[in-house]
Amino acid sequence: MVWKRIKKFAFSRKKSVPEGLWMRCPGCEKMVYKKMVEEGQMVCPECNFHFEIGARERVSLIVDEGKFEELFSDLESVDPLHFSGKKAYKDRLSVAQEVTGLKEACIIGRGEIEGKPVVFGVTDSKFMRGSMGSVVGEKITRGIETAVQDDRPFVFVSGSGGGARMDEGMFSLIQMAKTSAALARLHETGLVYITVLTHPTMGGAMASFAALGDLLIAEPGAHIGFAGPRVIKETVGKDLPAGFQKSEFLLEHGLIDMIVNRPELKATIARLLDYLQKQPDESA
Amino acid sequence: MAQTVPKNYLDFEKPIIELEKMIEELETFSVTTETDLSSQIGELRERCDSLKKDIFSKLTAWQRVQLARHPNRPLTPDYIEFVFNDFLELHGDRRFGDDKAVVTGLARLNGRRVMVVGHCKGRAVREKMACNFGMAHPEGYRKALHKMCLAEKFRLPVITFVDTPGAYPGVGAEERGQAHAIAENIREMSRLRVPIVTIVIGEGGSGGALGIGVADRLAIMENAYYSVISPEGCASILWKTSERAEDAANTLKLTAQDLKEFGIVDDIVPEPLGGAHRDHIGAARSVRAYLESTLAEFDGVPCGELVDRRYERLKSVGKYLEPAVVST
Ligand SMILES: [Zn+2]
Repeated sequence: MVWKRIKKFAFSRKKSVPEGLWMRCPGCEKMVYKKMVEEGQMVCPECNFHFEIGARERVSLIVDEGKFEELFSDLESVDPLHFSGKKAYKDRLSVAQEVTGLKEACIIGRGEIEGKPVVFGVTDSKFMRGSMGSVVGEKITRGIETAVQDDRPFVFVSGSGGGARMDEGMFSLIQMAKTSAALARLHETGLVYITVLTHPTMGGAMASFAALGDLLIAEPGAHIGFAGPRVIKETVGKDLPAGFQKSEFLLEHGLIDMIVNRPELKATIARLLDYLQKQPDESA
Repeated sequence: MAQTVPKNYLDFEKPIIELEKMIEELETFSVTTETDLSSQIGELRERCDSLKKDIFSKLTAWQRVQLARHPNRPLTPDYIEFVFNDFLELHGDRRFGDDKAVVTGLARLNGRRVMVVGHCKGRAVREKMACNFGMAHPEGYRKALHKMCLAEKFRLPVITFVDTPGAYPGVGAEERGQAHAIAENIREMSRLRVPIVTIVIGEGGSGGALGIGVADRLAIMENAYYSVISPEGCASILWKTSERAEDAANTLKLTAQDLKEFGIVDDIVPEPLGGAHRDHIGAARSVRAYLESTLAEFDGVPCGELVDRRYERLKSVGKYLEPAVVST
């Protein structure tokens, strides 16, 4: 534990080296030229490690420039349980808002991907681990409803390692059902839903909206699963297999369609959108 | 996860147990010595009842969690036995196996044909092991879905009993897509074209509970709980120790009473005085009455309307601020 803290400290110190020309890659432990990483969409040029990126960056990487029209950005979280551990939920929210510059963990809106209209959403892993409370659940649900109304595909990039947000108790758990129920309706329209799973996507997020895409794409090396590895290890009392719950592990077990490197993500989504177009109802 | 349960009563039940023992002794004494002690016994019984009322009206969240996990608490098989007739168990998910943590089958509720789906914890040690303590693998969720789709085809209402500490956190479970299985159940249950009634009878453990818990009517037994995370799990996140599970239970607002107030559950199913674990038949009677009256409400409701209402019900859950609009 102490060792971990020292390591963390050393890492954060390195990160804040003045000028910040170099950064250490957690994947290969090498010092890499920061500008090269940034130019490669925050992917390590040495080892293909995909750094976590924020929701706004994600929008700019996937959605055509100037074509994103954010929706439901006014929604604001409340504290229905008056939840408080060492820190109060409200304070944790303020910190997350400050760190990310976002109001909540999810951004949703209309957009175009290589000229194809979609509803696009993303959760930010740095905002309370991208966890889903009432606002995230409501935004995703309304986003899906917008897709149905506008007759557009739905594309969602998940970075929800926190699953259902504990601080809102059962309100969070029911968001899993709410978002999934909205997806059932989308499913019935014949519109495609594409999910991109990024590091990390776990628990209540993965056990609802994130797993329900017609297509599941993952970024390389992302941690994706239901239960956390620590809990599993404690339960089974054994070491976990190498690469457990990583994207590559999921691909091998038939749980996702493909792994796509970040720089190819946008083009891949566009190709899929082209292949999987809504067809006229033949039963009518 | 490993709870040691050395005795089959809880600390706060002790005065009740003692008084009951006294009554029992007096009864034996009066029979063997042929003495009439009926007035004394009657008086003690009254005292015992008022003691139960007193204790059970002031239960803390943690005490309710303990009751929900009580070793004598009625389990899904008990309700199947005492609530329904002619139960016909159905096995398997047609893909991988037959998960005994979930029991499914056809049954009659006062003549009405229904499909029953429930978590199964097991009571005896060997049974508990076989049922994996009610912690389902993906095949358990897929078995449930398979039977629910069968129910839809033959227009049978679905009744689900939730009683699980959570979906199983294991290597095989992840390899076979635990998250996918739960997600698919949730989505499919939201659009199943027959009525679904869910009762949380003991532990409502997070996603593992929700995996068979999307319903037109969500009810919870008086002393059951339903939570986004176990009190122990919450405590170890908040205070880095599971020892503070009691505080976490209070913080999480997981009791039937809290959830009713929040509008998360629709109804609370009353338990016999002193708790369901002390009177299985009484608890089953209460469950049966609830199911009969609730299912009758869905008679004649067109399935399209049913599904629409189910969706609206889910959509109404959530608390947030929206400028000019404050959600209820
Ligand atoms: Zn690297």
